[in-house]
Amino acid sequence: MDLKDISQKEVLRYLGYGNHCADEAITKLISECIVEILNHCHSNHVYKRFHCVVEKNKIMFENVVIESKNLSKNLSECEEIILFAATLGTQPDILLKKYSYLDMSKAVVMQAAAAAIIEEYCDQCQKQIEKELEKEHLYLRPRFSPGYGDFHLKHQKDMILLLDCPRKIGLTLTDSLLLTPSKSVTAVMGISKKNKHCHIKGCESCDKINCAFRRD
Amino acid sequence: MSILELFGKRMIFFDGGTGTLLQEKGLQAGELPELWNIENKQALIEIHKNYFEAGSDIVLTNTFGANRIKLHDVNYTIEEIVTAAVKNAKIAAKEALSEKKGYVALDIGPTGKLLQPLGDLSFEDAYEAFREMAVAGEKAGADLVVIETMSDIYEAKAAILAAKENTNLPVFVTIVFDEKGKLLTGSDVTSAVAILEGLGVDALGMNCGLGPHQMLSLAEEVLENCSIPVIIKPNAGLPRNENGKTVFDVSPEEFASEMEKIVDKGVWIIGGCCGTTPAHIQALYQRCKNKTPLPIIPKNKTVTASYTHAVEIGKDPIIIGERINPTGKSRFKQALREKDLDYILREGFSQQEKGAHVLDVNVGLPDIDETEMLVCVMKELQSVIDLPLQIDTSNTIAMEKALRLYNGKAMINSVNGKKESMEAIFPLVKKYGGVVVGLTLDENGIPPTAEGRLLVAEKIVNTAESYGILRKDIVIDVLAMTISSDQQSALETLKALKLVKEKLHVKTSLGVSNISFGLPQRETVTASFYTMAMQNGLDAGIINPNADSMMRAYYAYRALAGLDNNCMDYIQHYSGQTTTTVSTPSSTISLSTAIEKGLKERAKEAAEEKLQNTEPLALINQELIPALDHVGKGFEKGTIFLPQLLMSAEAAKSAFEAIKVHMDKSGNVQTKKDKIILATVKGDIHDIGKNIVKVLLENYSYDVVDLGKDVSAEKIVETALSQNIKLVGLSALMTTTVTSMEETIQQLRKQKPDCKIVVGGAVLTQEYADMIGADHYAKDAMATVYYAQEVLG
Repeated sequence: MDLKDISQKEVLRYLGYGNHCADEAITKLISECIVEILNHCHSNHVYKRFHCVVEKNKIMFENVVIESKNLSKNLSECEEIILFAATLGTQPDILLKKYSYLDMSKAVVMQAAAAAIIEEYCDQCQKQIEKELEKEHLYLRPRFSPGYGDFHLKHQKDMILLLDCPRKIGLTLTDSLLLTPSKSVTAVMGISKKNKHCHIKGCESCDKINCAFRRD
Repeated sequence: MSILELFGKRMIFFDGGTGTLLQEKGLQAGELPELWNIENKQALIEIHKNYFEAGSDIVLTNTFGANRIKLHDVNYTIEEIVTAAVKNAKIAAKEALSEKKGYVALDIGPTGKLLQPLGDLSFEDAYEAFREMAVAGEKAGADLVVIETMSDIYEAKAAILAAKENTNLPVFVTIVFDEKGKLLTGSDVTSAVAILEGLGVDALGMNCGLGPHQMLSLAEEVLENCSIPVIIKPNAGLPRNENGKTVFDVSPEEFASEMEKIVDKGVWIIGGCCGTTPAHIQALYQRCKNKTPLPIIPKNKTVTASYTHAVEIGKDPIIIGERINPTGKSRFKQALREKDLDYILREGFSQQEKGAHVLDVNVGLPDIDETEMLVCVMKELQSVIDLPLQIDTSNTIAMEKALRLYNGKAMINSVNGKKESMEAIFPLVKKYGGVVVGLTLDENGIPPTAEGRLLVAEKIVNTAESYGILRKDIVIDVLAMTISSDQQSALETLKALKLVKEKLHVKTSLGVSNISFGLPQRETVTASFYTMAMQNGLDAGIINPNADSMMRAYYAYRALAGLDNNCMDYIQHYSGQTTTTVSTPSSTISLSTAIEKGLKERAKEAAEEKLQNTEPLALINQELIPALDHVGKGFEKGTIFLPQLLMSAEAAKSAFEAIKVHMDKSGNVQTKKDKIILATVKGDIHDIGKNIVKVLLENYSYDVVDLGKDVSAEKIVETALSQNIKLVGLSALMTTTVTSMEETIQQLRKQKPDCKIVVGGAVLTQEYADMIGADHYAKDAMATVYYAQEVLG
């Protein structure tokens, strides 16, 4: 990843700009922050494929049962899923803390830039996985994370355990189910036999339509 | 016979992976393998037996994750699981081997949680979990402890202390490097080796992550830095994804032949990790069993380390920044009394920026709890600055606590030639590792002559060696004293520097600034003396990196002494500096515009200009606050956005600081408004939102008591009561932590009913806030300011 891969617009969205444009100073600051994070972060990801059974409100794989209407809808007709986890490592958290002491405006821009970077990183990993699946004429559904809609956050535990995240990529969970390092993502992605184009990403599929950070 | 007695006599063989073998025997994904020790013991006995038969001297018990943090909802105690696991391995040894002894190693893997400050696990809780395992392992008859697959050196430290303090077993440690030679938490090879050696482990090395091909060069790097036996346990190649399953490709023969190359570099202890099988170990054993371990050559490098990187003392002069120290600094003393960590940390950042390699940390004041403050400042510094620290205190209790919790191999300032001092400090150096600074003074004071100081230095070095502390871990400070009271003192100090280096072969340090005490224009004298001292063998000067003359002396010396290749460092720092910058027309920008535009420097200048003919209070009320209000209104209307709001806040802050300096000079005391507690609630470790609110509240002159993140309800209530707080602001990010918010509100209501509570954070809404009984929901940072004005005025 480098600077050009990261959308300024996404960073602005995380900063609450909506569709407004930023002035020159902020635009420059965003670029600086993106570069600084990219230079320091240590991105890593892991994924695994599982057979699953999807019912109306229920998804079952291994010893896990997830009750979620939203996820079931997302995975409809899938017989397999991919559990996915990615992280930018501990450095972005350290940078964020550092700038919270030195320059709060830079800290918030860092925070937004890091959020955009982890999303972009996930997109790139996802593309890789899509390529591999294409060989088997299989297609990937958009990623869906614990905490989206009615997909309960408690399933972070299953994700972390089944993917052996602490050992594989250094991604851990706090007692209150927060991912640490904080710039990390876990997600479920359906594997589909049909090439059903599905552009809806996490943001648009969420029910919280009055959210300040909503993409559209 | 202890495993240690085999060291150097012949190669020592570990076992290989167990995960894949257990899966073949039916272990399901997500199932806890540790339970098989009890519920499916035959499978484990068989695996262990296969390894012993293949040639392993040591097998690891199946206890990788058998700690109370991972296994909290199971039907067995940790002791039961560990005991069963050790027993399985012992049975296997007995059944498989008749002639040689099979060693059983208690396997300790990571907790699976990230330690504070990045995660939520405390060092003490990690220690406790490892202690429980280690004690059970020794009781059950394990022959040694192997701490493995650690990707955080701090967690490894907790495990090492737990094993060494609570058992008499040998302790081996292996960590996981990536291809660049870094741990997940950032440590490089040099720092990791320095830290582990310092903690006194019996053997160290790496496992997992990489295959034997990738480990070869890393093994060489470990060997270059390490003076104790090295362990290498690779995977059977790099993991590859095949239909979503992880597979490893390196065959037993290839594995063995690659490992042979590693053994030929000087590694003593070998085995395998993920993907390796008894066949791999058998091939390895056959190939390497007759190899003679190469002798270990002690590396006499003096190394101090943070958790991410090491600093070597002796090759090239290094700078120890002296600014984190209250001596003679009233502003710093005030910061300590008010627990103003921001101020203290900024002293750290600026020294790092100016080029310090190590930061001295001294927070001793007679009227504060030094131990608590030292640990607190040290932890905060380590959470944001990756330089090694020099712990500077004469309080032995504070020193021990700090060394225990330090993440790295610290410099220890200091010990001296007094019997009492050496008896207190050397055991700490031996136990926790570190580079100790020895001051050449003793019961008879500071010897006036260089020869006298050499004698004290010699006593320090000899006594240290009697504690098992190596000479490389001692740095001697021959003490600089002002020339204003003794004309000869500089010369005597320089002579002593030279003498201790020549006679004792130790590295040297010096508090350089003392030399000019009592003289005018001190920097001139100090900088010249600094150059002279480096010329006479000073390795680590304790100086003020913010003083330009000192840094000039440093870079010039390195260029002159042939240490700065092509003078590149010097050129980089000082070329182009003489050209005058074209002055920007910023001087026409008014204070209010500077604040609204977020121009930090200009805001400060404009405030300073205005103060020449405006009363401070008038300036605040007529310019600063209206400008801030204007920005705040824009934010509310959606014409100004968060980064701009904060830039304005930072600009206002620098104007406030200028006003504060002016008022202090004129003897006025700036009155702060009421106190407000801010805290991110228990369980929540994201505090950016809270920090934004803090900046804005401080702009409006509120006295913010920032309790930080992951704060218990009890602590918030206690602070509210003891400081009689009228307004508490709570932040939570996740639905899972809103419950702690509710709990905090309930406790506050009970014990401090006159206190108002405002809440905010990503998941909160008005309904949520009402539901948990908050007085007010602040949708953004400005809303908190408005509420504070409403409640407190």
